[in-house]
Amino acid sequence: MTEKPINNRAWLFTLPVLAFVLFSSIIPMMTVVNYSVQDTMGANHFFWNGAGWFRDLLNPSTEIGARFNDALFRTLAFSLTALLVEVPLGIAMALCIPRKGWVVGVSLVVMALPMLIPWNVVGTIWQIFTRADIGLFGAALTGLGINYNVTQNAVSAWITIVIIDVWHWTPLVILLSYAGLRAIPDAFYQAARIDGASRWAVFLNIELPKLQKVLVIAVLLRFMQTFMIYTEPVVVTGGGPGSATTFLSIDLVKIALGQVDLGNAAAMSLVYYLITLTVCWIFYTIMAQIERRRDA
Amino acid sequence: MARIKLDGIAHAYLSHPRSDEDYALKPLHHVWEQGMAYALLGPSGCGKTTLLNIISGLVTPSEGRLFFDETDVTHLPTEQRNIAQVFQFPVIYDTMTVAQNLAFPLKNRKLPKPIIARRVAEIAAMLDLTRDLNRRARGLTADAKQKISLGRGLVRADVSAVLFDEPLTVIDPALKWELRSKLKAVHRALDLLMIYVTHDQIEALTFADKVVVMNEGRAVQIGTPEDLFERPEHTFVGYFIGSPGMNLMSAKVSGSRALVDGSELQLGSAYPSLATGGRVQVGVRPDYTSLTAGAGLPVQVRRIADLGRKRLAYVTLGSHQIVATVPPDMASVADQANVTFDPAHTHVYVDDIRVAGVAA
Repeated sequence: MTEKPINNRAWLFTLPVLAFVLFSSIIPMMTVVNYSVQDTMGANHFFWNGAGWFRDLLNPSTEIGARFNDALFRTLAFSLTALLVEVPLGIAMALCIPRKGWVVGVSLVVMALPMLIPWNVVGTIWQIFTRADIGLFGAALTGLGINYNVTQNAVSAWITIVIIDVWHWTPLVILLSYAGLRAIPDAFYQAARIDGASRWAVFLNIELPKLQKVLVIAVLLRFMQTFMIYTEPVVVTGGGPGSATTFLSIDLVKIALGQVDLGNAAAMSLVYYLITLTVCWIFYTIMAQIERRRDA
Repeated sequence: MARIKLDGIAHAYLSHPRSDEDYALKPLHHVWEQGMAYALLGPSGCGKTTLLNIISGLVTPSEGRLFFDETDVTHLPTEQRNIAQVFQFPVIYDTMTVAQNLAFPLKNRKLPKPIIARRVAEIAAMLDLTRDLNRRARGLTADAKQKISLGRGLVRADVSAVLFDEPLTVIDPALKWELRSKLKAVHRALDLLMIYVTHDQIEALTFADKVVVMNEGRAVQIGTPEDLFERPEHTFVGYFIGSPGMNLMSAKVSGSRALVDGSELQLGSAYPSLATGGRVQVGVRPDYTSLTAGAGLPVQVRRIADLGRKRLAYVTLGSHQIVATVPPDMASVADQANVTFDPAHTHVYVDDIRVAGVAA
């Protein structure tokens, strides 16, 4: 093998990326850090506040702390609900798609369609769809005598947001699971038939273990997206009724842009960011662990 | 425990086969006897895996019927056929231990726990897996995994047959010998009908009591290794079995003499009434073709291959390139030499099929 030339000038090639990341991420984030440790009386006059904002935020007995706690709990509950519905449903639907034939293409395209629709359009579609007067879904439920009203009933609002997310993003889990299922060699299914395994045993002992890696990725992606959900509740419920569907991102925007409470908003967004980072790190560790076990 | 009967089994992967060529497997009648070890031997794509999958039920044949003893199982699903099959690539259940893997086929059939434990222990001992029984199957080497696959095939005591689909492909050559002799021993111990698919003739000839040689979807000869070597019924068997393959030369045969490119050679029997119009060939294995310094047919020596135990001469006889054995006492070989053919082992083929002669 020839020796690799070592030339530190190669680092210069990374300069454009560094500059881009600087302007797109690092400078905005440092601005937020800056706000999170200062207070202002207006007129662009700032003074040092130390860890004060953070202390309030993490103390549930303060007003902002209670608000943050509630929103965080709501967001986590939403992520968990969405995952619990979308992942099993996605796997089940992927199992229903045949392995070959023209049905495969048709079903994959049809199921992928919701993913192509932008968030705010999804919100608008559902906002109209769920209206009790002119919306097909809302009018039908109301006609059946069910007390369904997205703007007045917290349960209705919650269920609707979950259904929207399931409708919009289960296809992602389906596509990932289907790809994972297709990667299982036929011999495994044949051997299972020879071994007299039931359908359930095939799922538990062959399909699920082979899907492990794909599912970790699916769960990670779905967690991140549900944890930062914003557009759909804003468009459909406006975060209400009351604060029933005010998730972290919505609350953050309300504090930062509605109340222009920059110190609290900055502290909150940093904690929000750290939570996301921690979860991603946990997932990354799990994936690396799976990879290592496979090689062993 | 059963004998398996194929009654005109044929298969085409197309739904409307038109010509003979559309058939992956051409109509076949054969009885696989209980307790025997068979090998299905042939080049890739000759239909041997199709035949195996028909027997196990993974493929339903387009034509013909399949019997286990007297029961027609043609349309019975795999699960109900009581058959075991081992595949080319090791199939193991990742999440289970070796013992759980071996127990899986028995557990699915709801056998009582003590019986399962006993069978697993027996099979593990046979395949040298006892030490690994409690390990996760995932972390093992390819050959250990294939041993588990073999074990799952053998663990059921009541199977009608165990089918092997090139099971040693992924195994190191050194371990291949060991596993093959292990299989042989298992066969003797369990008295099962075993059918072993391979494209490796040595594997087939050492493993099997009887070998089925297949080519282009047809079983061209079924016989003992000796039959295949001494009396190939088809020119394909002649050159597929034996290394190098049989010498085949187009010839004109009259009585007990054959004329090859103007040279005359003596045959072991007489062929008074050969069908006319067919392509006539004579075939002799290199082992019965001998280079001589004296009498024989004149040949051009192209090269000598020294295999250690014996030497082979690649020579030209008229328009034919053939292989002859160099006698051990012949020290040096000139460019021009002669060959003799052993008349008793010289066969006559018309349109690739062997014709039996009458005593001359």
